[in-house]
Amino acid sequence: MTEPLLCVENLTKRFGGFVALTDVSLAIAEGERLGVIGPNGAGKSTLVNCISGLLRPEAGRVYFAGGDITALPAYRRARLGIARSFQIPRPFRSMTLEQNLAIPRDYAAREPTDADALLAQLGLGPKRGALPGTLTQIELRKLELARALAARPRLVIADEVMAGLSHAEIDEMLTVLLALNKSGITILMIEHIMRAVMRFSQRVVVLDAGRKIADGAPADILADKEVERAYLGA
Amino acid sequence: MAAGYAATRYVANDYYFYAAYIVLQYVVIATAWNILGGYAGYVNFGSAGFYAVGAYTAAILYQLFRPPLVAMIVGGGIAAGIIGLAAGYLTLRVKGVYFAIATLALAVVLETIVNNWDYVGGTRGIYVLHPHQVAGFANYARLLFFAMLVLAVASVVLARSIERSRLGRGLAAIRDDEQAAESAGVPTLRLKLFAATLSGALMGLAGAPFPYYVSHLEPGSAFSLAIAVNAIAMPMIGGATSWVGPVIGAVLLGGAQQIATVTISSILNLLIVGLLLIGFVIFAPEGIVGLIRRLWR
Ligand SMILES: Nc1ncnc2c1ncn2[C@@H]1O[C@H](COP(=O)(O)OP(=O)(O)O)[C@@H](O)[C@H]1O
Ligand SMILES: [Mg+2]
Repeated sequence: MTEPLLCVENLTKRFGGFVALTDVSLAIAEGERLGVIGPNGAGKSTLVNCISGLLRPEAGRVYFAGGDITALPAYRRARLGIARSFQIPRPFRSMTLEQNLAIPRDYAAREPTDADALLAQLGLGPKRGALPGTLTQIELRKLELARALAARPRLVIADEVMAGLSHAEIDEMLTVLLALNKSGITILMIEHIMRAVMRFSQRVVVLDAGRKIADGAPADILADKEVERAYLGA
Repeated sequence: MAAGYAATRYVANDYYFYAAYIVLQYVVIATAWNILGGYAGYVNFGSAGFYAVGAYTAAILYQLFRPPLVAMIVGGGIAAGIIGLAAGYLTLRVKGVYFAIATLALAVVLETIVNNWDYVGGTRGIYVLHPHQVAGFANYARLLFFAMLVLAVASVVLARSIERSRLGRGLAAIRDDEQAAESAGVPTLRLKLFAATLSGALMGLAGAPFPYYVSHLEPGSAFSLAIAVNAIAMPMIGGATSWVGPVIGAVLLGGAQQIATVTISSILNLLIVGLLLIGFVIFAPEGIVGLIRRLWR
């Protein structure tokens, strides 16, 4: 097997006395679609923050493309090719959509970015000159994704981009993500909704109360007793 | 600038140059404040501290070498820039209100140091007398006016070019959402340090000619509340997201204050500025520039 693109080893993250992640390890191969699921508060976003560099873990290491990035600030990780969306959209509010994409284009991308094409691909073309304040929820989610992609990343971490969307909108989002994956981008999909993840992912990791409780093919995850307990709260 | 120089030859009344000097000084200060406060969103309450570092550095250089005015200005800018960098390094890791408090504390610390430093006269102050003659100018007040005009034009041009550059867009991203900016590849700490250094340096430049302007430099006037308040109020009232705002704010408020000081006390003056600032923050947070843009649409 080739070396994984991203490798997280024994990550532990505390907030004061509260342990949000306990000894979490996972790996993603280049080009893979990995889903991470878990109930609310399981530590999924905390994991995203530790990978993207906004949070520093108390223990454990993160490797990307063969290098140890544990000590790198977030902007260096973005430049290496890790892009993430925020669960609650965090657009640059004073900037138009086009200007929003210009930030990662100018600061993170190592290859030229066609911001217009990206916006068009996500169905935001007509809004390229609009301010984020005028967008709907799904449009804001798409902007999050478009901005992540404008960095020309190797790995995209999508933190609950589907939450609150209708069935049709989820399908639309999945189509976009699958097309991206086809073009060679590795995707780590963080989701609370099981259905979408199961359909999208080649492999699924389950977090519960900050611990990894399962890691395997979607079908095996669905049959897993411990996962069922975590989700049904039995 | 040519018109400014021509004015120094043909306008008779010296009072105008004294008044214009102060207005131009506020153009520099407001523009400087805005590079960190308006572009990057970090509110500096300690502008008077940086201004005073410029003024006192110039005074120290005067004591030591009697250098030409240009050297005093450059020295004041460098010293205040270094303080800006150091203060930024210590405080810019903390967001928002902590940074604001830290800048306030910095000004207090600097003032305390000056108050207790005999070499620069302590609380009594120090005489810094400008040369009697200068080539090309009828008197020194006019030279000082012209020097401040050059500084004002230079800082506005600089701010405008930053605003339109990649750097300016990076600062705007920091202002909008620092973590999102960092995640998009913006080296937020480095950009903030740059903005703090430049902002401090420009304030120092604005303060450096001040000893000659007043002849007797004392902590009370160098660390004045008026500078700290105006540095914030002028860009906020003018409009903090573009280079035009601080200029409009400085000219309107600075001009009005120059006219008003003849009739009302400086404390009342500041009270009015404070109330105006509160009004703008509540009713027109984008300042006069924002109001004009809204009417335009
Ligand atoms: N900055 C923080 N400070 C304190 N507690 C936090 C912080 N971020 C997250 N937590 C806590 O860590 C736990 C995991 O949060 P999170 O990673 O957001 O979960 P998820 O994304 O899986 O819903 C939650 O209990 C949350 O309250
Ligand atoms: Mg979450």
